[in-house]
Amino acid sequence: MNFSEVFKQSNQLCKVSPDGKYLATCVQYRLVVRDVSSLQILQLYTCLDQISHMDWSSDSLFILCAMYKRGLVQVWSLEQPDWHCKIDEGSIGLVSSRWSPDGRHILNTTEFHLRITVWSLCTKAVSYIKYPKACQKGIDFSRDGCYLALAERRDCKDYVSIFVCDDWHLLRHFETETQDLAGLEWSPNGCVLAVWDSCLEYKVLLYSLDGRLLSTYSAYEWSLGVKSVSWSPSSQFLAIGSYDEKVRILNHITWKKIVQFEHPAAIDNTKATVYKEVERRPAVVSEELSLHNITMGSTLFNTQSKYEICSLPVQIPVVKPDPDRANPKIGVSVLAFSSDSRYLATKNDNMATAVWVWDMQKMSLEAVLEHTSAVRCFLWDPRRPRLALCTGNSKLYLWSPGGCVSVQVPVEGGFQVQSLNWHCSGDSVILLGKEQLCLCYMDTDQEENS
Amino acid sequence: MGEWRATAASMEDPEISSISHVTMSPSRHNHVSVYSLPLSKSSYSVISAFCAEDNVPRCITYLNQELSSLGLSVCIEAGSPEGASLNAVPAINAMYELLQIHRQNMCTLEEMEEEQLKKLSTLEHMQTSNSRLKDQLELLIREKSGLHETERQLQLKIKTLQSCLKTEKEEVQKLQSIIASRASQYSHDAKRKEREASKLKERLSQLLVDRKEKKLAIDVLNCLGRSDGKRSLWRTAKLTASHESEMYKTLLGDYEASQKALLLENAELKKVLQQMKKEMMHILTPRQKSTSGASADDSQQQVDSDEAKAGDTSREALDQSCELAREQLLNSIRQQWRKLRNHVERLDQASQVQNQMESNKETIPLETHDDEMERMRQEVQQCREFIHAQQQLLRQQLNTSFDDETAALLNDCYTLEEKERLKEEWKLFEEQKRNFEKERNNFTEAAIRLGREKMAFEEDRAAWLKNQFLNITPFTDRRRCSSSDGQSALSIRSEPELRMSSAKAKRSKSPTYTTFSTPKPSRSSTVPSTTELYRTLRILSDSSLSKHSTQARWRESSTIENRHPRIKSNIQAHTGGAAAPFRGEHKQSEGFAGGCGPAAVLLAECLAGSSAHWSVLQHQPLQAAESLLLLVKLHSSLAFN
Repeated sequence: MNFSEVFKQSNQLCKVSPDGKYLATCVQYRLVVRDVSSLQILQLYTCLDQISHMDWSSDSLFILCAMYKRGLVQVWSLEQPDWHCKIDEGSIGLVSSRWSPDGRHILNTTEFHLRITVWSLCTKAVSYIKYPKACQKGIDFSRDGCYLALAERRDCKDYVSIFVCDDWHLLRHFETETQDLAGLEWSPNGCVLAVWDSCLEYKVLLYSLDGRLLSTYSAYEWSLGVKSVSWSPSSQFLAIGSYDEKVRILNHITWKKIVQFEHPAAIDNTKATVYKEVERRPAVVSEELSLHNITMGSTLFNTQSKYEICSLPVQIPVVKPDPDRANPKIGVSVLAFSSDSRYLATKNDNMATAVWVWDMQKMSLEAVLEHTSAVRCFLWDPRRPRLALCTGNSKLYLWSPGGCVSVQVPVEGGFQVQSLNWHCSGDSVILLGKEQLCLCYMDTDQEENS
Repeated sequence: MGEWRATAASMEDPEISSISHVTMSPSRHNHVSVYSLPLSKSSYSVISAFCAEDNVPRCITYLNQELSSLGLSVCIEAGSPEGASLNAVPAINAMYELLQIHRQNMCTLEEMEEEQLKKLSTLEHMQTSNSRLKDQLELLIREKSGLHETERQLQLKIKTLQSCLKTEKEEVQKLQSIIASRASQYSHDAKRKEREASKLKERLSQLLVDRKEKKLAIDVLNCLGRSDGKRSLWRTAKLTASHESEMYKTLLGDYEASQKALLLENAELKKVLQQMKKEMMHILTPRQKSTSGASADDSQQQVDSDEAKAGDTSREALDQSCELAREQLLNSIRQQWRKLRNHVERLDQASQVQNQMESNKETIPLETHDDEMERMRQEVQQCREFIHAQQQLLRQQLNTSFDDETAALLNDCYTLEEKERLKEEWKLFEEQKRNFEKERNNFTEAAIRLGREKMAFEEDRAAWLKNQFLNITPFTDRRRCSSSDGQSALSIRSEPELRMSSAKAKRSKSPTYTTFSTPKPSRSSTVPSTTELYRTLRILSDSSLSKHSTQARWRESSTIENRHPRIKSNIQAHTGGAAAPFRGEHKQSEGFAGGCGPAAVLLAECLAGSSAHWSVLQHQPLQAAESLLLLVKLHSSLAFN
C-alpha cells in the first residue's frame, strides 16, 4: 500500500471525475485539477470567493463551484480553460447546487427552499420548480439520469413530482401518504421510488415510476421510526435502518420484510468475526526519540494499532443517548451495500465505534469492526467487496471478507483522516484530513492474492 | 388364699399385739378412750385405757352396742357376772369380724386413695391441657386479630392503590388528551406557520421576480451543446406523449426483466420439482411392485401412469398458462406427497414388522434349538440302538452259525485288525526289549565290577588276616613295617568297622546326598507317566498306589540319620530282593516289588562300592523297573488278546 504526498484542500472539497481521470480539489477560492495518475496540476481555476461546494459534471467535462454565501455558482470547463460560466442567484440566496444528470443543467435550491432554479448551460434558459420540501433528502435523480423525483410541500401536504430530466417535463405529480415526508430515493433500476416519513412515524412507501403506490411498510408505531434507507445496487433489497437499532430488509417482489438485523451490545453470534482495534504505544528509547523527532516526528505521537479477533461473546461499548435532546444518537444512521450487493455495512449511532458487516446471502452477521474511536465515514470499494473506513485518526481501516487491516498514514504532522473517497476503479482511496488530502494506492497484487 | 391370710395375719401382728396390749392395759377413763378409739393407735395406747377392772361390764355392753350398730350379731358376754374375764369365743369372733371389716375398709380405702391419685393426676393433666388450650386459643385469637388488622390494612392499601390507579389513569387520560390536544394544536400551528411560510415564500419570490434583479442571471461565455448532441425540442403534446410512452417503456422493460427473472426462477423451481417428482416416482414404484400383490400392482401402475400423464400435461400446461397449470401441479404434487407419505408410513410399518420379526427370530431359535437338540439326541440314541442291535446280531451269527463267507469275512476283518495291532505292539515290544538289553548290559557290567571289587576285598582281607597272623608271630621288625602297610588296611578292619567307616563317609557326604535327593521332583514328574501306564494296565491298583505313596511320604519325613541305618539294613537285606531301599527315594517304585530285584542289588552294590556311582545308579533302577514293567504289560496284553 502506497501513499502519495499530501496536498492542501479546504472544506474537504475533493472529488475524482466520474471517468476517473482527474482529481479536483478546492483550496480556499482556487480550484485545482490534477491528473490522477501523475498528480500533476492540469488546471488551476480561481473563483470569486471561498468555494463551499464543488461537483463534477457526469461527463467529467465541467466542474461546478458553488459559493453559497455569495449565492454564486461558477462552472469551469476542463477542455476549454477559457470558458467560464457564472450563475448568480442574487438576493434570494443559495443553499444547494447540483448538476443535472446530463451535465448541461444546474439545479440551484434557493434559501428557505423557495424554489429550485434549473439553469441550462445550453440555452441559458432558466426554469423554476416551486414548493420544494426542505427535508433530509428531498431530491433524487434516477441512476440512469432520466428522472428526477422531488419532494414537495403544498398546503401542508406532501407531494412527489417526477420530472423528465431531458426537458424538465413534469411526468407525474402525486400526493404521498405521509405525515411529514423525510426523504425519497430511486431504486437503482429507476422503477421504484422509496419514500419514507419523518422519524416521528415509521412508514416507508414504495411508488412505481408512474405514481402508483406499490406497497407500504411500517414495522412499529409511536416510537421514533426510520433513520436511514438504502437500496441494494441490484434493486433487490431495500434496507431500512431505524431508531430501534435494527435494520429491516425488504424484498423487491412482495415488499415484505425478509430479515431484520439487530445490533446487540453483546455479540454471541458464533458465525460472526469480531475485530477489535487494539492500540499499542511503541516503546521508544530516548535516543531513538530524538532521531525520530528529526525524521518522522509525527509517527511518535501516533499510536500503533491493529485488529485482533476477539473471542465471543463480545461486549460493544454503548453510549446511552440523552433523552432530553432531539435527534437522539441512537439507531442505525448509515447503511451501505457493497457494489456486488453481497454485503451490507451498518453503523448504530449509540455504538459509534463499531461497524457491522452483514452477509446478504446468508442473511447473517459477517463481521463487526470495533474501533477505539467513533467511526466517521465508511465506504465500499466500487468494484470489490472491500470496505474502507476512518475514525478521525491517522489510520485507514480496510475490511474485506478475507480479513481486516489498519494502516497508518505515513504523513508528517498528524494527518487525521476525516473522510474518504474511493476512486471509481477501486485502486486508490482519497483520504481527506482537515485541510489536507492524500491518496492511498491499494496494492492490487496483494488484493488479488487475498 | 391361705398364704394371703398368713401374710395378712403377719401384717396384722402389730395391731393384734397393740390390741392385746390394749386389752391387757386397764382403762379408767372410758369416754376419752372411746373418742380416742378411731384415732391413731399410738394415742390409743398412750391415753389411759378404755377398759379397766372396774368397768368391764360397761365396756362389754358398750362394745355390744357398738357391734350391733355395726350390724354384727355377735354378742360379747362376760365370763363371770362380776367379771374381769370375758367369754372368749364371742369376743374373738367379734374381734375377727371387726378385723375383717377393718381390712375391708383398709382395702377400699387403698383403692379409693389410688383412684383419687389417678383422678388427681388426670385432673392435673386436664388442667394443664386446659390451660394450654386456653393459651392457644388466646394466641389464635391474637393472631386472628392481627390478621384482621393486616387484612384491613391491606384492604386500605388496596383502596388507596386503587384510588391511586384511578387517579393515575385519569392522569394518563388527561395527559393523553393533553398530548392529543397539543399535537393537534401543534399540527395546526405548524400548518398555519407552514401556510404563512409558504405565503411569505410566495410573496418573496413574487417580490424578487417583480424587482427583476439584475444579479439573478447566468453569464455564460458560449452556450454548450447538449450532452447527447441533439437539439432540444419544443414542448408539445407529442413530446409529453413520448415522455409517457418512454416512462411506460422503462416500466415495461423493468417488469419484463423482473418477469423474465421470475420465469427463470420458476423454470428452475419447476425443473427441481420435476426432478424430485421423478425421483419420488422412481423411489416409490419398485417398492410397490415388490411389496404389493399383482392386482394392487396393476392399480398402482395405472395410478402411476395417470400420475405421469398428469405430470406431463401439467408440464405442458405450465408453459401455456399458469392458471390452469397451477391446479394440476398442485394436485400432482399433493398426490405425490401423499404417496410418499404413505410410502414412508408403510416403510415405518415394515420396519416395525421387521423389528418384530427380528425379535421373534431371536425368541424362536431357542425353541427350535431345543427341538433340534432333542431330535438329534433321539437320532443318536436310535443310531446307537441300531448299532447295538447290529453288533448283537453279528455276535449271534458268529456264535451260532458260522457261515463260511461271513466267518471268513469276519475272520479276515478281525485278523487284519489284530495283525495291525500286534504289529504296533511288536514294534513297541522290540523297542522295550532293546532298552532292556541295554539295561541288562549295564547291570552285568556293574555286577562284574562288583564281583571284582569283592574279590579285591577278599584278597585284602586275606592279606590282612595273613598280616594279623604274621603279627602274632614274634617278628617285630616285620610287624613295624607291616603296620605301615596296615595303615591302608585299617579302613577295612572288620565288618562292623567297615560299616562304621562307611557310615562316617556317608555322614560326611550328606550334602551330596541331599543333592541327590533334590532332583526328585523332576524325576517324580516323569514317574507319573509310568504309573499312569501301570494304572491303565491295571497292574497297579489306585488304592495300593495311594497307600504306598502315603507310606513313602511318611518315610521321607524321616531324617538322614534315620535313613542311614536303613540303608545299612538295605545292604543287609538286598539279597532278599526287597524293595525297601527305594522307599525313601521313590515312592511309586514300591509297587513293583517283584521286578525290582536287580536294581536293588545294584544299589546295594554301589552303596558298598564307591559313592561316585551314585548318580548313575540312582536313575538306573527306575529305568530297569520300567522296562520290566513294560515287559509284563506286553505279556499281559498279549494274554488278554
